[in-house]
Amino acid sequence: MLNFATRRFGLSLLILFVAVTVMFLMIRAVPGDPVQIMLGPRATPELQAQLTAALGLDQPIWKQLLIFYGNLLQGDLGTDVFSGRAVTDIVFQQLPYTLELIFASILWSATLGIGLGAYAAAHPNTLIDRIAAAISVSFVAAPAFVVALLALLVFAVHLQWFPAIGAGDGFLDRLDHLVLPAFAIGLSWVGYIARLVRASMLEVMGESHVRTARAFGIAERRVVMVYALRIAILPVVTVIGVGMGFLLSSAVFAEIVFARPGLGKLVIDSITTRNYPIVMGSVLISTALFVVSTALADLINALLDPRARTAH
Amino acid sequence: MEKSRSELGQIIVGVARDPLGLMGLIIVGVIVFCAIFAYWIVPYDPIAMDIKSRLQGPSAAHLLGTDQLGRDTFSRVIAGGQVALKVALPAVFGAMAIGLTLGMIAGYGPKWLDNLLMLFFDTIRSFPTVMFALAVVALIGPSLQTVVFVVMATSIPTYGRVARTQTLTLRNSEFILAERSMGASMTRILGVHMLPNIIGVLAVLAAMDIPTVIALEAGLSFLGLGVKPPTPSWGALLKDGYSLIRQTPWLVVGGGLPIILATLGFTFLGESLRDVVDPKLRKQR
Repeated sequence: MLNFATRRFGLSLLILFVAVTVMFLMIRAVPGDPVQIMLGPRATPELQAQLTAALGLDQPIWKQLLIFYGNLLQGDLGTDVFSGRAVTDIVFQQLPYTLELIFASILWSATLGIGLGAYAAAHPNTLIDRIAAAISVSFVAAPAFVVALLALLVFAVHLQWFPAIGAGDGFLDRLDHLVLPAFAIGLSWVGYIARLVRASMLEVMGESHVRTARAFGIAERRVVMVYALRIAILPVVTVIGVGMGFLLSSAVFAEIVFARPGLGKLVIDSITTRNYPIVMGSVLISTALFVVSTALADLINALLDPRARTAH
Repeated sequence: MEKSRSELGQIIVGVARDPLGLMGLIIVGVIVFCAIFAYWIVPYDPIAMDIKSRLQGPSAAHLLGTDQLGRDTFSRVIAGGQVALKVALPAVFGAMAIGLTLGMIAGYGPKWLDNLLMLFFDTIRSFPTVMFALAVVALIGPSLQTVVFVVMATSIPTYGRVARTQTLTLRNSEFILAERSMGASMTRILGVHMLPNIIGVLAVLAAMDIPTVIALEAGLSFLGLGVKPPTPSWGALLKDGYSLIRQTPWLVVGGGLPIILATLGFTFLGESLRDVVDPKLRKQR
């Protein structure tokens, strides 16, 4: 197990290393002088030279890369062009809002999805099973930002049940502001998770330990809830871990639509003001988040299912 | 050639027998029809401004109303379908072709090349799609080509991995071994014998990928980072609708419903195709 964990995290580190290098080279490969783009056409030559030196752009590329990695290992992702604050400070200030949103989305959609899937598997081919199947196919197809816009239109602008803008202050207010964006992000996951749980439930229900539990005369409800569901839930863990990138992407849109603070809003605002260090810092940190969550999902999976440890 | 045509016919019949598949076929058919004949269907020029009749509600003259510049929303919705397919089809086919080639090389070539390509795939997959798209747009600027590039780059690994797995399983099958022992070249083995066995699975993946691509194009255009105005993209419609959400709700509806319909149609079609072409795939996804 420890062996698997080391290998898995080694791979993650390697992937992150390559990803960061690719990103770095991509920035440098873009035609045009980044300093000129950042400062605009009216900057004086002295100012340009100063920023060039400050960013280390006058060094050869391999040295730039080394300096970049040196700084990165010390937790330094550069400074904001305008305020001069550290990029990490700014990104980590916004990150909690995004994580809060993602967590809320996963929480409600996984709860509902697992419930629906388990119920459908326990009562296959009933009316509710059919309805759940139809709903899940339809919801899987709905892109989060379209759902967010329609939810904004119906529930915030038209019915005025929920606030349309911001993240709110205080616990209840924040919760109130989370409802619509979390609904929009989670909606497509409900159906997806329900289908996943239904399929793996049906498989698990046919296995011998469930048959044994039944043979011992354990109540059907307990067989389903305790003996089958516990194992059938495993794929959901993996899917959520791998889906982290997808969730982050949806969160970007939800933050824009509901004018919430967060990583997505930060990136979009920084693109409009050409604040490259912030854009790159945010992309790097979200990529790291994604890579770590995928590795964690694999790890949890391996912990619970020994067969996964040997698979590539 | 005749054989493959009858196979194609069987697949279409199989999809049409499935109620969801038939629905997908109809929706996709309507969208493709509208996109091809958009020029003749639209009642107004989708980018012609008419300030006098701006921000109107739905009426007989303007089925879905008009936007802030007096452009007819219905015409823009129809023309938007053309833009969506113009991005989705080249991107998906490009990604499929490159992914297929790389995946077959990874599966058939030497081990070190396999490892290298897998690392390449894993690296691309490690960027959250929209974050990657935003980084690229920030660097090379928004345009239709940028969107196509981003979509291609992010979906190559999916095709590559599937093609690799398929190649690996086929690699030691008897007909490939026989071919190899007769001295066939690698290109012949891969192109003539492996390809027909892999392409079906990849085509299903491609059909299921189209909704994601359409949503990504619309999403980037919604953020103002996709196709440039005044091009009538569904996402651009949503962008206009979002800023005017209190005055003109029909803009958001007009931009949002086609996206949902299109993703729904392609998803139904893709799932049904998968069940007909290769039922085993169902468990892998």
